[in-house]
Amino acid sequence: MRVVEPVIELGRGLWTTLRMMFDKPVTIQYPEQKKPVKARFRGRHTLKRYENGLEKCIGCALCAAACPADAIFVESSENTDQARFSPGDRFASTYEINMLRCIFCGFCEDACPTEAIVLGDQYELSFTDRSQAIYPKKMLIEPVGAGASPTPQETQPGLYTRSVPEMRDPQD
Amino acid sequence: MNFLLVLEWLIKGFVWALVLLGGFAYLTLYERKALARIQSRVGPNRAGPWGILQPIADAVKLVFKEELTPAKADKLIFTLAPVITVVPAVVITAVVPWGPSLDIFGYHLNLYIADINVGVLYIMSIASIAVYGIVLAGWSSNNKYAMLGGLRSSAQMISYEIALGLSFVSAILLAGSMRMLDIVSAQGGYWLHVIPKWFVVLQPVGTAIFLIATLAEVNRAPFDMPEAEQELTAGYHTEYSGMKFALLFMAEYTKMIAISAIGATLFFGGFNGPFVEKFPWLGPIYIFIKIILLLFGMIWVRATFPRIRYDRLMAFGWKVLLPLSLALVFITAVGIILAQQQPHLIFFVPLASLLAAGVAVAMIDRTLRRKDYARR
Repeated sequence: MRVVEPVIELGRGLWTTLRMMFDKPVTIQYPEQKKPVKARFRGRHTLKRYENGLEKCIGCALCAAACPADAIFVESSENTDQARFSPGDRFASTYEINMLRCIFCGFCEDACPTEAIVLGDQYELSFTDRSQAIYPKKMLIEPVGAGASPTPQETQPGLYTRSVPEMRDPQD
Repeated sequence: MNFLLVLEWLIKGFVWALVLLGGFAYLTLYERKALARIQSRVGPNRAGPWGILQPIADAVKLVFKEELTPAKADKLIFTLAPVITVVPAVVITAVVPWGPSLDIFGYHLNLYIADINVGVLYIMSIASIAVYGIVLAGWSSNNKYAMLGGLRSSAQMISYEIALGLSFVSAILLAGSMRMLDIVSAQGGYWLHVIPKWFVVLQPVGTAIFLIATLAEVNRAPFDMPEAEQELTAGYHTEYSGMKFALLFMAEYTKMIAISAIGATLFFGGFNGPFVEKFPWLGPIYIFIKIILLLFGMIWVRATFPRIRYDRLMAFGWKVLLPLSLALVFITAVGIILAQQQPHLIFFVPLASLLAAGVAVAMIDRTLRRKDYARR
């Protein structure tokens, strides 16, 4: 014969929900308030530069070959010492990523021999038109840092013959 | 019947209808906010400061939505059903007094629309009409989910209306009148200067039955069987869109307000409160606060309890609430006869009804545990 217990159990349920009312809400007011992404977050791609402003990308199209979604298109041209974009013989004259096709798997990062393409922390990728979904090189490339000069640069002959830098162990 | 009187009625009716319709809009916001807080969220806060323009944004959205009518629907009844649902929900509160008489600018103003001598009966009869709207909406949609939702809701509302009516009877017996004003004035005053003479003190179990049965009557969780999303998509309003859907939605929320107003009047002392005799304008404020608290109770229960299985719902209505409320009517009648001999014996009513409720709870518990045992 349980008379009071069933009623108390109903009351305990009600008390639990009432107590939650005085909890701090977990909501993040998104456009005004943003959570930092995790360290290994895979967001929009960025094409990196060396410290002197030369582009890391050498237009080898290994990223396009590795891409399972066929989202990357690369077209390369010859570098000259008068107009040098990247070390070595060639650079990417066209570099396009279709963000509608991209699945953000990060295989392009793994395939890149020069660590030129990196998936960054940018995740606000809305567009109103299908043609806007194709990000060209000038949207993807990193801005030129302080003390560096923009590409194309005029360089000394015989200085940038090696297209792939000597690799060190990764730092992070 | 002079012109001024007609004008007074018109204005009061208009104001009350506006209060109900505006109240419906803000009840949706209130519910969303309260539910959000219970679930550790913030709730709507984008349209206007603290989201206070959210109901307006919702209304504009619904007005501009396309209205679909299913190809083989019964067009006349399909259009009429939302109307049949809304009208009773709005007119049901006509008999609820929201304050005593008020003298403003030398004019004697009664703060209620109609003071008919069978007020409670009026409420019961109007409440039953609302079932038609839901059944017709379900039937005319030519959709099996809507049909099942309508059938369920008719069965549920008719079943719980009996318990609801019998819980009304205990309030009627205690007041000795079916007139709402008499019921309110019977709840005026205090015992020992602190405990208000509300019927919730005299008849706590009757109040509990009323609150449970009203949840079933307005199809609210945990008795929202007619619109059980998981099994019936949206129940009787599956095929409704645009303004017709808004009307069905409005009926549901207006009924919530109406039933809270009725509950506040019948069991929670209506417009009674401290100093209301001296300052009659406090009456509407008191009943408003009571309605808000009762509405919070409904939202709170929705946030807490899961939906009850359909057969359990019907079993609870017929096998528990009906016998219990019949017993309460008997206990109340006996208590009133005893009180005629000795006024303090009126407290036989709450004690005996709590005992009856205890027996009911023990029986439910025993039955459920027996089923548990059989399953093992």
